[in-house]
Amino acid sequence: MDKTKLIQKSEWAWEIPRSGRMEVPGLLYASESLIEEVDDKVRDQLSNVASLPGIVEAAFAMPDAHWGYGFPIGGVAAFDPNQGGVISAGGVGFDISCGVRTLLTPLRRNEVERIRDNLADALFYHIPAGMGSTSRLSLDSREMTAMLKGGARWAVSKGYGVDGDLECIENSGLCGDAEPDEVSEQARRRQTEEMGTLGSGNHYLELQAVAEIFDPVIAAAYGLVRDGVVVSIHCGSRGLGHQVATEFSRRMILEAPQYGIHVTDRELASVPAQSPPGKAYYGAMRAAANCALANRQILSHFVREVFKSVIGDDELPVLYDVSHNMCSLEDHEVGGVKKRLYVHRKGATRALGPGHPDLPARYRPVGQPVLVGGTMGTASYILAGTEESGRRAFNSACHGAGRSQSRSQALKQFRGEDVVETLRRRNITVKTRSFRGVAEEAPAAYKDVSEVVRATAGAGLARLVARLEPMICVKG
Amino acid sequence: MKPKWEHFEHQADIGIRGTGRTMAEAFEQAAVAMTAVIALPDRIFPRVAIRVHCEAPDRELLLADWLNAILREMSTLRMLFSRFEVTVSGNILEAVLHGETLDPERHEPAVEVKGATYFKLSVGQDEEGNWTAQCVVDV
Repeated sequence: MDKTKLIQKSEWAWEIPRSGRMEVPGLLYASESLIEEVDDKVRDQLSNVASLPGIVEAAFAMPDAHWGYGFPIGGVAAFDPNQGGVISAGGVGFDISCGVRTLLTPLRRNEVERIRDNLADALFYHIPAGMGSTSRLSLDSREMTAMLKGGARWAVSKGYGVDGDLECIENSGLCGDAEPDEVSEQARRRQTEEMGTLGSGNHYLELQAVAEIFDPVIAAAYGLVRDGVVVSIHCGSRGLGHQVATEFSRRMILEAPQYGIHVTDRELASVPAQSPPGKAYYGAMRAAANCALANRQILSHFVREVFKSVIGDDELPVLYDVSHNMCSLEDHEVGGVKKRLYVHRKGATRALGPGHPDLPARYRPVGQPVLVGGTMGTASYILAGTEESGRRAFNSACHGAGRSQSRSQALKQFRGEDVVETLRRRNITVKTRSFRGVAEEAPAAYKDVSEVVRATAGAGLARLVARLEPMICVKG
Repeated sequence: MKPKWEHFEHQADIGIRGTGRTMAEAFEQAAVAMTAVIALPDRIFPRVAIRVHCEAPDRELLLADWLNAILREMSTLRMLFSRFEVTVSGNILEAVLHGETLDPERHEPAVEVKGATYFKLSVGQDEEGNWTAQCVVDV
């Protein structure tokens, strides 16, 4: 990015000054090296977001920001409904409540080595993954509605997991304000055979070893030990979420002009949050988020079944579950005044600091786990929300590495078979049904996630807790 | 000119583009381009025909609706499509999709397309009257 067009506010914060139709400035949290890597289009996209009605403070970009459509990926923007603030389907994305869940396991790294192939095969065959994979569940209309209302709580009530899982999921496993009636028949039909499936692309299920601990106190509160093994699941709301996003994006484009909202980029189409289409979208989006929570809950149950059959132990407690494509109505202090805002996070993770009432009791002293996915060949990280997070970007942090190469570039450069073999030699087992998909997800096609989390910590958005290294990856 | 399809660069997702002598042909090629994001079109046999109907207030929204209709049929029927017959009259599109049941082993799908976005969405003609239809799809 052309730094001459930015004002450097600190070592980690770069401002896009207000100009033209911008209501607020843009603010990118990043190191200097990350800013140099980021495309100028991110600045343009942030400037457009900053022009939307009712936006509060700034249009934010996290250290993993890259250009998307409408909102940049890694974008955070909050809108005040009392100031005509809008809600935007493009500010959440197609994969509503795509997110990460991490489970603790009883295994240590050396124990995995003894059973590696067996465990990898069992996970690969037991977890429905990749395009065309089908569910072992079929929901009728009544159960579909119950799932859309109940999220992970519904899944537990059906025998997928235990009550103890729920407190370690955002919103205690259930997104409030869900309106299943706003989810169309088309969207429901798309989900009929997709409950408990991983999806494809950058979705994955990964066995990871704790390679480094940065904050022993917080790590202990999270149940993390050096060389301990965790399982992380990255996926979202599947076909139902995609259909909800498709339908409401279209509706917002058609109805925005009635509210005097005209945007240069159709993907920014938005409506006042309190308008009928705004309320309808919020209700449908929260229902789709419940679908994602239920999906990750069911997948966790499948993982426990695998562990039971391979090691005879299915005690895999949930460390935490975060969404990184979401819009939530949240209380924040703005200029000393308490406000309820529609906070959009597109490729960004909520990060609540210590003491926050929405945290389970065991995490309240230390802050919310923030689960940051890396690539198949690099580290993932666990961070913790800080008190500062609230003063930075409405309690938000990064979500992953962000791509440095497009999919087409990656396909030209890498062969999936070579990527799998290279990782195998580094003791990382990759199981996939699509080598082309692996090529597109080659580790070298992504930014350096370590630099992303370093900048996230430097900016005060979250605190480093542990680094995880991949051992087994089931690619979606 | 010979109708054709291609992909264009987008950092996180993929751009798809179809070109033809008519708008309908460009739409057909854009659909092939979208299929090619998922799997090689040559591996998909046109065994079964599915009808699709779309209506939109302008031709760009019509393109997005067309592509999203294909995704919806793919998802609910668990099929892939490789051949498309499109007719456009005003703002109404009628089409037949030709394809078969998704076979993960034979088709080796690389990635699911989540939806056609409105980013870089355009439908238009060049000076020679050839049509281009394009957008970025979310994967």
